[in-house]
Amino acid sequence: MTQSVSLTINGRPREDHVEPRLLLVHYLREVAGLTGTHIACDTSQCGACTVLIDGEAVKSCSVFTVQAAGKDVTTIEGLAQEGTLHPVQQAFWNEHGLQCGFCTPGFIMAAAYLLKQNPSPTDAEIERGLEGNLCRCTGYENIKKAVRSASQAMNGGTAETSANLVGSAAAPVEG
Amino acid sequence: MAVTSMIGARIQRREDPKLITGHGNFIDDVNLVNMAHMSVVRSPHAHARIRSIDTSAALAAKGVVAVLIAADFKAVIGGPLPVTNSFVPDKKQVPEQFPIAATEAAYAGEPVAVVIAEDRYLADDAAQLVVVDYEPLPAVMDLEKAMEPGSPLVKSDRPDNIGWDAAFPAGDIDAAFAEADVVLKQRIGQQRLFPTAMETRGCVADYIPYDNRCTLWTSTQVPHFIRLFVGGALGVPESQFRVVSHDVGGGFGAKLRPYPEEYLATAASKITERPVKWIEDRTESLQATTQGRGQIFDVEVAAKRDGTLLGLKFTQLLDIGAYHGVFSAFQVVACLLGGGCYDFKAIHARSIGVFTNRMSTDPYRGAGRPEATHLIERIVDIVAREIGMDPAEVRRKNFITTFPHTNNFGLVYDSGEYERSMDRAMANIDYPALRKRQEELRAKGRYTGIGFSTYVEICGVGPSSATAPAAGIALVESSMVRVHPSGSVTVSVGTHAHGQGHETTFAQIVADTLGVPYDSVEIRHGDTGDTPFGYGTYGSRSLAVGGMAIMASCHKVVDKAKKLAAHAFEASEEDIVVDQGRYFVRGNPGEAKVLAELAFASYGAGLPEGMEHGLEAVSYFDPPNFVWPFGCHICAVEVDPETGAVSIDRYVAVDDCGNVINPMVVDGQLHGGIAQGISQALFEEVQYDDETGQMLTGTMLDYLIPTMAEMPHFELDRTVTPSPTNELGVKGVGEAGTIASSIAVINAITDALAPFGIKHVEMPARPDRLWSMIKEARA
Amino acid sequence: MITAAFEYARPGSVDEAQSLLTKYGDDAKVIAGGQSLIPLMRLRLSQPTALVDIQGIHGLKEVRRDNGSVEIGALVRHVDIQRNATLREALPILVEMANDVGDNQVRNLGTIGGVIAHGDAAGDYNALALMLDAEIVTNKRRHKASDFFRDIFTTALEHDEVVTAVRFPVSTGRFAYTKFRRRLYDWAIAGVAVQETGSSWRVGYVNLARTPRRGASVERALAGGASAADAAAESGSDIDPTGDVRATAEYKRHLAQVLTARTLEKATMAA
Repeated sequence: MTQSVSLTINGRPREDHVEPRLLLVHYLREVAGLTGTHIACDTSQCGACTVLIDGEAVKSCSVFTVQAAGKDVTTIEGLAQEGTLHPVQQAFWNEHGLQCGFCTPGFIMAAAYLLKQNPSPTDAEIERGLEGNLCRCTGYENIKKAVRSASQAMNGGTAETSANLVGSAAAPVEG
Repeated sequence: MAVTSMIGARIQRREDPKLITGHGNFIDDVNLVNMAHMSVVRSPHAHARIRSIDTSAALAAKGVVAVLIAADFKAVIGGPLPVTNSFVPDKKQVPEQFPIAATEAAYAGEPVAVVIAEDRYLADDAAQLVVVDYEPLPAVMDLEKAMEPGSPLVKSDRPDNIGWDAAFPAGDIDAAFAEADVVLKQRIGQQRLFPTAMETRGCVADYIPYDNRCTLWTSTQVPHFIRLFVGGALGVPESQFRVVSHDVGGGFGAKLRPYPEEYLATAASKITERPVKWIEDRTESLQATTQGRGQIFDVEVAAKRDGTLLGLKFTQLLDIGAYHGVFSAFQVVACLLGGGCYDFKAIHARSIGVFTNRMSTDPYRGAGRPEATHLIERIVDIVAREIGMDPAEVRRKNFITTFPHTNNFGLVYDSGEYERSMDRAMANIDYPALRKRQEELRAKGRYTGIGFSTYVEICGVGPSSATAPAAGIALVESSMVRVHPSGSVTVSVGTHAHGQGHETTFAQIVADTLGVPYDSVEIRHGDTGDTPFGYGTYGSRSLAVGGMAIMASCHKVVDKAKKLAAHAFEASEEDIVVDQGRYFVRGNPGEAKVLAELAFASYGAGLPEGMEHGLEAVSYFDPPNFVWPFGCHICAVEVDPETGAVSIDRYVAVDDCGNVINPMVVDGQLHGGIAQGISQALFEEVQYDDETGQMLTGTMLDYLIPTMAEMPHFELDRTVTPSPTNELGVKGVGEAGTIASSIAVINAITDALAPFGIKHVEMPARPDRLWSMIKEARA
Repeated sequence: MITAAFEYARPGSVDEAQSLLTKYGDDAKVIAGGQSLIPLMRLRLSQPTALVDIQGIHGLKEVRRDNGSVEIGALVRHVDIQRNATLREALPILVEMANDVGDNQVRNLGTIGGVIAHGDAAGDYNALALMLDAEIVTNKRRHKASDFFRDIFTTALEHDEVVTAVRFPVSTGRFAYTKFRRRLYDWAIAGVAVQETGSSWRVGYVNLARTPRRGASVERALAGGASAADAAAESGSDIDPTGDVRATAEYKRHLAQVLTARTLEKATMAA
């Protein structure tokens, strides 16, 4: 039994009939044909499937498509604008922040979200911001470097290091 | 044309633009028209007899195309999975493994049926409806119990549970031990690990009926090897069987063999006359993809009080799993490298391969070499502690210093400077200051430790003289270099990449060797349809063997280009000078032709008498020896004695992989390698319930792959000692980090706990285990 | 794996949610952020026949402070808690806990109502609700937290009952929360929360029994003037951990004691 669902993907509205159990990640990959979002676990540990819903990073393997009805989804394919790489994409390339590249779209989406929330994160805040993404190739060294470098490129900010590992909310306070 | 040297340059990878924008082409991205999906029904029991399988409910389910069991596949798949000799040509038994169990399942996760349906959701639904009547049998989980006479059998048709028992004696071991002041024993474990490439396995098989042609897309490190065996079993000759592997999301050794599902999907495609796709999910992967390590070493060392190492005896008990992995015996190489980078008078090693009711073990990053490094580096520290000598000094006293060096087992270390890398690492971490600080902190009740790992690695597998007798196949490598009429260059290689950046590194080599612009060189790999037969990528071999095959073809192209230039300039070939891609007559560099011009000429009219058209070459490279990277890693940790938590304060590495083509890529390989070794030391462990045989770490929630927050900053440095055995002077680097790092961490932890009298720590150094050891030591 | 099939409905009100739950029967489940439920469904460890998605219901996303209490709507997400100025003042320990729940992606979807209704002993907020005598507000009644968490993943919720809010006493005293785990984003192997309320201390334990636990013995010892270390020694009678793939039960008992002392010290030093 399918249901109608309307949502916007990378700025383009679409409407499809889907089974309620269709995971958003499968919808993106198999219905919308956007295969840049990957799946690497069944239990929401790996973060390879990270996309933005209404600007917020989520794991699209842990969302049913029907739950995303009416929302605005951004995938890795929608990050570069008019042929120009997003600074996070550029930084991953410059700093060798990827090897096999399978986890990379998820990392880039999570990092883009992190830098939007916190333009100049400390190292500890980068670790916290990307704790939900696993990489098996890089040992994370160059991913961290890439996020620092993207931060600088985007904000002219400098990434300071901080030993504060607990309680450093990456999110700004709002009223 | 300005040509700068590309070799040695840090250039961004050409692989990356598609990967950072979501345009990679991984296995789950392959979709064909009319494609059906396969879901595999797996035994939930570690060991069970299959009484019957009722497929009727599944067959009746929505969207089901077929439900197939062993009997259906017997008609299509002509034989069992391959097993190579590796280092043990004389195995005690090589039980046949058919890709799907018929009457007895010998590990949890063994395929017993497959469902082919219109989509993956429906396939999974129907898989749940396949009713298998199992009679559970005793599960054999404990290595040592499995070896006892009268142990229950892993599979009921076997005489016992021993796969091999091979001795490797070198030198007069009794004489060496007779000289000893101290003889020390230690048992050292190597827990089972999931290789955990981020991309799970998967394949898409498209068998064309009536034509007996097949294309198999699969996520693999070894496309040609897959074609050889899967094609062979299905009766499709290589000429009609194409294996394609596009982007591969990590392998780490777990994608270097043909797997049951590749046979099953291909056969299912043949049976159903539909393209069939199978994508492994993670939970399935943790059951059905080969695992690494799974070994126990019982080690005995003889040494003098002055620190001189004399003799080493050890036995490797290796948990094979239910069936031999295709290359599982490769891990026996640990026996031949147990002496590490030290001079021993004699070494006697023995390897016993033991079957258990688990998934097969097979190579995982390092395969046998991390185990060898771990055991010898642990033992050196144990000796140092016993005789009260600094662990660095025991190492210094015993280092091999002259090269080439023939080790106890006849393997020839090509080049090395072990002391230099250790000194450099000690300087980088400021060893004296670190020791002083350790003393101060100990006085305050804080427990810091420093751990060394000085390693030597065998890689670049391998020379036919060594690999053909041992493994039955000669692990040479191939290339084809084709210069097109307008000068662009296609290079096809038999290796494959899964993150190592070969397209970039190989293009750098070709650009320099041919003297052509880097951007004009295209590297092709992974598709048996347009690459020469090759053995693929593993064992840190792609550069030292595959790269040299590329060099060989480039040289042939240059030789022909010289002939073409000589003809064009009406000069003799001996007078042609080649300088950075410019061909001219000696003394007249102003009048030169570039390769593109000569290539154009090679396809035109008026070639020299007897010369064939075109400008291309095919080469197979058989290396004269292995290559032997080495280095020194030093780790500094602190252990919280109340919680057992370990924090890594510093991690310093000085590695030597010979000449470096792209330092950025090399450093990246080291980062990832080191991370995996640290992860083994502290986090990862496949756990089973030994009573029931059920896996306890069946999801990524329970199997701990560390996040960014758990990894230290890696302080890398290198020395460069070129290999004399190949023209580029290169060695390998894909596995070095993993080979070195686990023991640097464990030695550091053991050192931190020295005040408690703790002499040895097993992996993973879990907080609860460290706390228990401290508690026991305090009692 | 793929989840089993189910029906899906998105009610506009709590009443509608209740009638949908009645209609779909015992195997229906409420879904909010889905961050605990969907992974279980993907492993087919949970196979609900219907999901009632409450995300569209108005009035469940507010945080209100009144008369010494702070009421947090069931759909308030972890990230909302992290960013909420009222909570930073009225219940800062909850903000600290929210910082440590899962990862950014999970915090952007997971809700406090979901954590409470899931009833997991590892759910950080559940121990806090218990130790602070919070009330769990549903469409049918108000539960005392002390009566709510019954057993492993089992709460006092009836089948057609929907958590609408959690009501905590405003707690502005000294506090600390320690979550011990091997990876940054994991569930706690052991978690200890301490909160000063008036002149006494409240203590809560995360993932140290089948349900969240209150450190009643430790609290009594503290009230009697015991030092942090001495009070922590009483933790053993407040918990009942079992061994698992992460750690042995014996270790968890020890860890609870060490963390209790450390967390109390951290809270008192922070003043």
